[in-house]
Amino acid sequence: MMLLAWSAVKVGYALGFGLGLAGFLGWVERKQSAVLQDRIGANRAEIFGWRIIGLFHPVADGIKLMTKEDFVPQRVLRPFHALAPALSLGCCLLCLAALPFGGEVEAFGRNWNLQPLASPVGLVYVLALLGLGVHGVVMAGYASNSNYGLLGGLRGAAQMVAYEVCMAAILAGPMFLYGTLDLQEAVRWQGRLLGGILPAWGVFTQPLAFLLFLVAGTAASKRIPFDLPEGESEIVGYHVEYSGMKFGMFMISDFIENIVVCGLGATLFLGGWQVPFVDLSGIWGAIVMFASFSLKTCALLFLLMQVRWTLPRLRFDQLLDLGWKSLLPLSLANFLITVWGCYLWR
Amino acid sequence: MSRPDRGLREQVYILEVLRGLGVTFRHFFVNLWRHGLRLLGLRAEPGAVTIQYPDEPAVLGRRARTRHRLLRRVDGSPRCTACLLCETICPAKCIHITAEESPDAAVEKRARSFDIDIGMCVFCGHCVEACPVDAIHMDADQVELASYTRSGMIWDMKSLMKENP
Repeated sequence: MMLLAWSAVKVGYALGFGLGLAGFLGWVERKQSAVLQDRIGANRAEIFGWRIIGLFHPVADGIKLMTKEDFVPQRVLRPFHALAPALSLGCCLLCLAALPFGGEVEAFGRNWNLQPLASPVGLVYVLALLGLGVHGVVMAGYASNSNYGLLGGLRGAAQMVAYEVCMAAILAGPMFLYGTLDLQEAVRWQGRLLGGILPAWGVFTQPLAFLLFLVAGTAASKRIPFDLPEGESEIVGYHVEYSGMKFGMFMISDFIENIVVCGLGATLFLGGWQVPFVDLSGIWGAIVMFASFSLKTCALLFLLMQVRWTLPRLRFDQLLDLGWKSLLPLSLANFLITVWGCYLWR
Repeated sequence: MSRPDRGLREQVYILEVLRGLGVTFRHFFVNLWRHGLRLLGLRAEPGAVTIQYPDEPAVLGRRARTRHRLLRRVDGSPRCTACLLCETICPAKCIHITAEESPDAAVEKRARSFDIDIGMCVFCGHCVEACPVDAIHMDADQVELASYTRSGMIWDMKSLMKENP
């Protein structure tokens, strides 16, 4: 019974973290872009005269999307048309389960693991589900029975497959260094200090992998400058035939994919829930762990959001060139250097 | 058309990305700082160039002239002598005048009706230039001329002579 309740709590905060942050990101996206472009941004949604710098806009968006007509064009492949957004959203929501929101803490005479899904192959699980997200995109494009949708879906397939390969090759380096595929173990490994001063975070031990990971992660979550499957100014993309909350699900799954990628980045490269020089334990430790992990994830999200509003979209051949000709060789080189380094240092 | 050469620096791209990020980050934090100062009630430069129009007055060019106005003589009668010069010169053909005989023998003619279709007007100001008796002017800072009907956009002599529409 106790175990069941604890599981429910873990599922609750993992989902709450993802969905809450996804809603919040909708606001961040608007406001951050507005501030960096010398604009004000959305500020009109109000409740009883309160506007609170536009924070009600995600709520208004949600209500709008849910109450809108769910228009399904006549010649779509109906079951797949309906399944695609669910598949897209489901895959990235499941990814959230493997993120280590905190370590193991002692409280009330028990050991609590704050990672919702403790698994020795956590990283493989996340990568697999991120990869499965492609099916939602391709299915949406194919089932829409629209050339634009199909183009978007095909672009998505080519892009995401290319970058999942890169992602695996990039993460091979840090994984070899940490000696595990368990995300919790990876975070614990980063708790040590290098030379007594520098925390052994992945960003210091694997700087090239961190940079490549950010690029591949942005591409895997289809954000600008890699948003070719959407490309609203040229083909609108794989969700061109969707309306109402089905479109909303695609949008949310984009944001959640972004959160998962940033969470993974925080886990593997920024020391996860670790706070340098501080030993965390007990209930307060758990809270600090959670806060530390959230803060690092949000910092990465902020950086990627800034990139999203700085760079123009790549052309499709440039995108594939970058993936196969630059990212993949560099990540393999990084892996080799890591292996040799580990062998020489031991 | 020749393009600037792309050196190694541009082709590596990552340095240029960082430079671009530098620009956007600078804008972001400077604007955030100014927004913050103004939120605290301190005087600072605005963090955005946005003019929130219906809440704040529109900012127009100093030479912008929009709303037409018919002027009166000292005795209150319209100055217009219905010479039709404005109607003739109007490139949008939005002025329609019907003339009648004036009781004042020195004036000879006056307008019985004087309609301007604001919806068709291109605000060129030729009517003001053409008028030999200085009967028509255009006002500054009055751009809120919209109406829900097409007929509401047609202004007759009475509304053209009013102080405010």
